[in-house]
Amino acid sequence: MSVGDLWRWLTDPANWQGSDGIPTRLGEQVHVSVEAMLIGAAIALPLGITLGHYGRFGNLAINISNVGRAVPSFGIIVIAFLALGLGDWPIVLALTALAIPPMVTNSYVAMREVDADIKEAARGMGYRELAQVLRVELPLAVPLIMAGVRTSAVQVVATATLAAVVAGGGFGRYIVDGLARSDYPRLVAGALLVAALALATELLLAGLQRLLVPRGIRLLSAPVSHRVTAAKVA
Amino acid sequence: MPARLFLQADQPWVDWGWLSTHVPYVWAAVEQHLELTVIAVVVGLALALVLGVLAHVWRPLRFPVLTLFGAFYTIPSIALFAILIPITGLSGTSAEIPLIGYNVLILVRNVMVGLDSVPTDVLDAADGMGYRRLARLMSVEIPLAMPAIFAGLRVAVVSTIGIVTITAVIGLGGLGQLILRGLIQDFRTPLVIATVLCIVIALFSDLLLAGVQRLVVPWARNA
Repeated sequence: MSVGDLWRWLTDPANWQGSDGIPTRLGEQVHVSVEAMLIGAAIALPLGITLGHYGRFGNLAINISNVGRAVPSFGIIVIAFLALGLGDWPIVLALTALAIPPMVTNSYVAMREVDADIKEAARGMGYRELAQVLRVELPLAVPLIMAGVRTSAVQVVATATLAAVVAGGGFGRYIVDGLARSDYPRLVAGALLVAALALATELLLAGLQRLLVPRGIRLLSAPVSHRVTAAKVA
Repeated sequence: MPARLFLQADQPWVDWGWLSTHVPYVWAAVEQHLELTVIAVVVGLALALVLGVLAHVWRPLRFPVLTLFGAFYTIPSIALFAILIPITGLSGTSAEIPLIGYNVLILVRNVMVGLDSVPTDVLDAADGMGYRRLARLMSVEIPLAMPAIFAGLRVAVVSTIGIVTITAVIGLGGLGQLILRGLIQDFRTPLVIATVLCIVIALFSDLLLAGVQRLVVPWARNA
């Protein structure tokens, strides 16, 4: 296979239309990933934020991502498929399970790391508890919370590629079919599309994080990279 | 649900009879799994130590190293395996290159953080005692960076054990082979056993490394 073959595959109009076309496959992968992230965030963020605010069950909140990292994403996808059958929702369920742990841990740590003096000052200024959480603690916690969302999202998009192995859609189809037919242009084009989608997810959420972080905090924010729970499951 | 017609919905999750006759088969998969993991972690650690120390000594190297490996880390493993197949074939090399690259990112970050965290007082004291640059690095800075390096090592080992299963797609996989077999034959036993073993091996390795860490860096028991 040459770079020319790869280019011809990527620019062939036949690969840009129909049920096996790039737009359809992109739609399938984004669809299951977004659903899993929305359900996962709706469960994980309130949980992590609440536990972090009250400082309760810290071991649970931190260890959940250690255990989550140990769970093989490939096994979970296949178990969901064999237990629940074909279709999107077994895959969404498996992806949701993988999305939750990093978001719980990061939002817990984010809330814990809010300076105790700042919380005391907020109380001294007469903030009620809910107002204190929403207007003081959460804005300060956003950088780390968003770092957790980003980690989860990239892992969910990556794992969604594996859906193709269990007869699902998405860009993974090109990789699985390309391998089965020894069609290398299809295989490598699929791989490049998967890589581009993962990098785009990372950049998009980095942009969202910049938008959500209040300007005052952005100026004093230390690099969070080394405090973030690393999670690589796919 | 018509889609489930061809799936045997009522089979048990674990058929113990199958397991009792397939112990050598499962064990061979575990061995391959451990081999793929150990190579990825050891080579990754060696590269990360070299790169981390270089970037510590020569600061301008930090940004390109972190950006390059950060982008590599973001790319899903199955994509990297697929890109490598036309070049290195269905081989251990195609599996190890992505795994090593991921571990380099996890570990190099921790090597940098560890080396950065050495207090300047300690460095001054070492200089005052007459340590040369290299001797100071080897016998003062790296030992003090060990808790951070160990933290990275534990994350690297646990992640690698999970990702190795995906190399089943390119004909390797260790326990991933059992997962794939379970899928192809619609037979839950190997799938469940492989997934559970994977989790157990990962958590056990994590505990083992925590124990080794206590022995190697006894001054940082609560780090």
